[in-house]
Amino acid sequence: MTGFPILTTILLAPVAAALFMIFIPRNEGKLIKCVAAVGTFVSLALSLYVYFAYDQSLGGLQFVEKIPWIQDLGVSWFMAVDGISLPMLLLTNLIGFCAVFASWNVNNRPREFFILFCLLVAGVMGTFVAHDLFIFLLFYEVVVIPIYVMVVIWGSTKRVTKEYAAMKLTIYLLIGSAFLLVGVIALYMKSVGILGAPDMSFTALAEAGRQLSRYDQIWLFGLMLFGFGSLISMWPFHSWSPDGYAGAPTAVSMIHAGVLKKIGGYGLVKIALITLPIGAQFWAPYMAVLGVAGVAYAAFGALAVKDLKYVVGYSSVSHMGYVMLAMACLNVIGINGAVANMFGHGVMAALFFSSIGFIYEKTHTRWIPDLGGLARQTPRLAVAFMLAGMASLGLPGLVTFMPEFTIFIASFEVFGGLAVVGIAGIILCALYVLRAGANTLFGPPRPEYDHLKDISGPELVPLVVLGTVLIAGGLLPSLLFDMINSGVVPLMAQIQNVLQLGGNF
Amino acid sequence: MQIDLSLLVPEIALASLGLMVLIFGLIVPKSSRKGLGWFTTVALLLVTGLVVAGWDNQGSLYDGMFMVDRYALFFKITFLVSAFLVCLGSMRYVDDFLGDQSEYYSMLIFATLGMSVMASAGDFITLYLGLELMTISFIVLVCFRRTETKSVEAGMKYVLLAGMSSAVLLYGLSLIYGVTGSILIPEVGRAVALNPSPALMLGLVMLIAGLGFKVSAVPFHMWSPDIYEGAPTPVTAFLAVGSKAASFAVLLRVFVEALPGIWANWTMMMAILAAVTIIVGNLVAIPQTNIKRMLAFSSIAQAGYILVGLVTASEAGIKGVMFYGFLYVFATVGAFTVVGYFYNVTGSDEIKDYAGLAQRSPLMAAVMLTVMLSMAGIPPLAGFAGKFYLFKTIVDDYLWLAFIGMIMSMVSVYYYLRVVLVMYRDDPVDSTPINISGPVTLTLLIALGATLYIGIYPGPLSEIVNSAAHSFFVH
Repeated sequence: MTGFPILTTILLAPVAAALFMIFIPRNEGKLIKCVAAVGTFVSLALSLYVYFAYDQSLGGLQFVEKIPWIQDLGVSWFMAVDGISLPMLLLTNLIGFCAVFASWNVNNRPREFFILFCLLVAGVMGTFVAHDLFIFLLFYEVVVIPIYVMVVIWGSTKRVTKEYAAMKLTIYLLIGSAFLLVGVIALYMKSVGILGAPDMSFTALAEAGRQLSRYDQIWLFGLMLFGFGSLISMWPFHSWSPDGYAGAPTAVSMIHAGVLKKIGGYGLVKIALITLPIGAQFWAPYMAVLGVAGVAYAAFGALAVKDLKYVVGYSSVSHMGYVMLAMACLNVIGINGAVANMFGHGVMAALFFSSIGFIYEKTHTRWIPDLGGLARQTPRLAVAFMLAGMASLGLPGLVTFMPEFTIFIASFEVFGGLAVVGIAGIILCALYVLRAGANTLFGPPRPEYDHLKDISGPELVPLVVLGTVLIAGGLLPSLLFDMINSGVVPLMAQIQNVLQLGGNF
Repeated sequence: MQIDLSLLVPEIALASLGLMVLIFGLIVPKSSRKGLGWFTTVALLLVTGLVVAGWDNQGSLYDGMFMVDRYALFFKITFLVSAFLVCLGSMRYVDDFLGDQSEYYSMLIFATLGMSVMASAGDFITLYLGLELMTISFIVLVCFRRTETKSVEAGMKYVLLAGMSSAVLLYGLSLIYGVTGSILIPEVGRAVALNPSPALMLGLVMLIAGLGFKVSAVPFHMWSPDIYEGAPTPVTAFLAVGSKAASFAVLLRVFVEALPGIWANWTMMMAILAAVTIIVGNLVAIPQTNIKRMLAFSSIAQAGYILVGLVTASEAGIKGVMFYGFLYVFATVGAFTVVGYFYNVTGSDEIKDYAGLAQRSPLMAAVMLTVMLSMAGIPPLAGFAGKFYLFKTIVDDYLWLAFIGMIMSMVSVYYYLRVVLVMYRDDPVDSTPINISGPVTLTLLIALGATLYIGIYPGPLSEIVNSAAHSFFVH
């Protein structure tokens, strides 16, 4: 399909902003922030356009751009979106745009900060629009470098040092990806043997992968599960998540918890599951158990900690447990729920981290016992915090309710008792979220916070944008679900017969 | 016998260039010798152009003693590009510390000449000739800072150890000659196929030891950290890049072409050698506090990665070696140029003194970050594409090696990031900005640009390397 390369434009807008910033004098903080905002806004506007211009009745890959890239490896610059990648793309840009405003008060070396930030956003986006495994991998790890540097320069040292947090984030991601890479290369070499010609596109690999023997599928899926699983903070490879978020600056926490870890889930669905269905079937029960273990373990972890960022860090591990559980169902409803939950959780986590960022910026503490009564002094901030909290516990009417409900339906049918344990996690979730909210926002106002200014001006952008999405997505769940469904149904149809046959092995 | 001199153009050009620079040094008064650096740099670029222009001109000379195929030509381009970058990046260093300009530049050129003879070697004599020309030039270069104890010590060590490795290599070659009755590489190949014998095995092991020394593969790597640390930094860069690439060119030529019949005996040996080299290089790099020593160990690890391509010794494997060798030039020269220039300004090679480099010179810090992560194989930098080409050849038969390679390259990120941490997080003790001179800026920009370009769009380079690797099997 020829036409305007809209996906590449979306991808390159923040990169162009970053390049432009190199030439701005380093003390022009305001201008730099404006450029970053413009860059991310262009991406956001275009991805909104793509989201609503996507023809759901047609389904499949749309807005395709394909240019041969590395001939002898069969790699092409293959950009395309479907119903699964579009919500993720939109989510990335929503959060990217809001994170610029959540970082409006970064005045220490702002130029470097926003250059790295724009590269980070572009890297995350790239994984969602690439339909070629090699290009996907290029973007998959590109995010490591900006994150490391951003955490060590602008991070905060509270319970763990920022150096520790940064190194932990990096090493976990990289070790996971080392195994993933071996799996990918092995899969690729086998696909060359099956297809007769090298081709790295998801479609071709999926076609070849499904013809692999049961044994091959199992070990390859295992490697991918480890690689993607450690990125989505699957228990027991989750421990980077709370520490990492605690050390990271607000914008990094927002992007990381909001979208970056979703790349793990996205990769599991769009690469691992579709390519290696029999492997997925073998690993599904383990995934479910690990998912539920993550839900329960992290929920208790969130109850035990007193640092706000740790609470949200653990809660995000817990929510990702639901995603794993949903994926393990291996049916349309389950995958729909998993993808929708990733979207819902992304919006919620980003709003949560941005409000915590503001609380920390104003009060210089995230320690819950030192806080209290902020609802009086900073009512708008309190609204943002509570909105995120309510979304976290899945309040009906917010975007997170329908996905969780879907997940419970799907997993109860497939796993029964295990799902009940998972559902029980909701109660714990309500407990820690409400407790954190109550102790931070309500109760008698503390005089030492009387002088605090409420969020205003640019600081309101995350609340307005993300809050709107939270509510709109809750009231009109079809906006999200129809889209996801149009992507999941054709993919699952491709592997449905393999899955049923696979049962006889 | 008709000799087609056009095939020898690069060698002739290099030899006359080297002599010319030497003579210029004698006749030009000391005060106006500064231009020699630029002269050499531009001349090397022209010679590179000559090699590129002769890309389609293949053949062999002197009854096969000297082979010019695209394989050799590609390696020559690699050597020349690295010599060019080293010259460009080292002018200021030479001015400040080395004094004698003409001898430095001419030795550099002669070393390059030795390398290009090695790449074209069709028999063992030519091979040894090139090897010694390169080694002796390097001995002079390594101890070029005559007033510096470390440099002289490094030179002495290099003399002794290089001499020993040459002896081992020669003994191995003589054993192979004794068994096969020939020194021409293709003929040795035919003889070996007919008659593999234990003496041949012994010769083979000695050959690996001799060349393993040059590429600093574990366990023949002991010399490299000391010598890398003691040698003048631009020389270290050239030693790490050129000498290594040339030895890989020879390794492939000898093993794939002369000893194909005993394939099964040596692939496992190569796999183990590669694994040990990767592991030791990366692990020992972790505790280093001197940046040159750290880079020395990391370059040992890099040699291990390149050895991975020799394990299968297929066309794909050779392609991987050449591809990685080429991108490794930019990574290494970039890193050492930063190190050398930093030493010019501050007189220190300690990692802790790099504190705040990102604020003193954003370009130097950015180049260091980029090239180190390229060596670690982080996409979208060149090293990732290179590792992809190397490891895809072994996943089928040596999956364990792929795991070791991938995991260790992630381990390497740990020590590279420590440097990044110091450069980016810390505030500088002395916050005066570092002004980078023009040629160094150019070198750094080339290294940065090439590392990004090859990483993001490896297609064109890959096509060139494919045709070069293909030519290897044609005759």
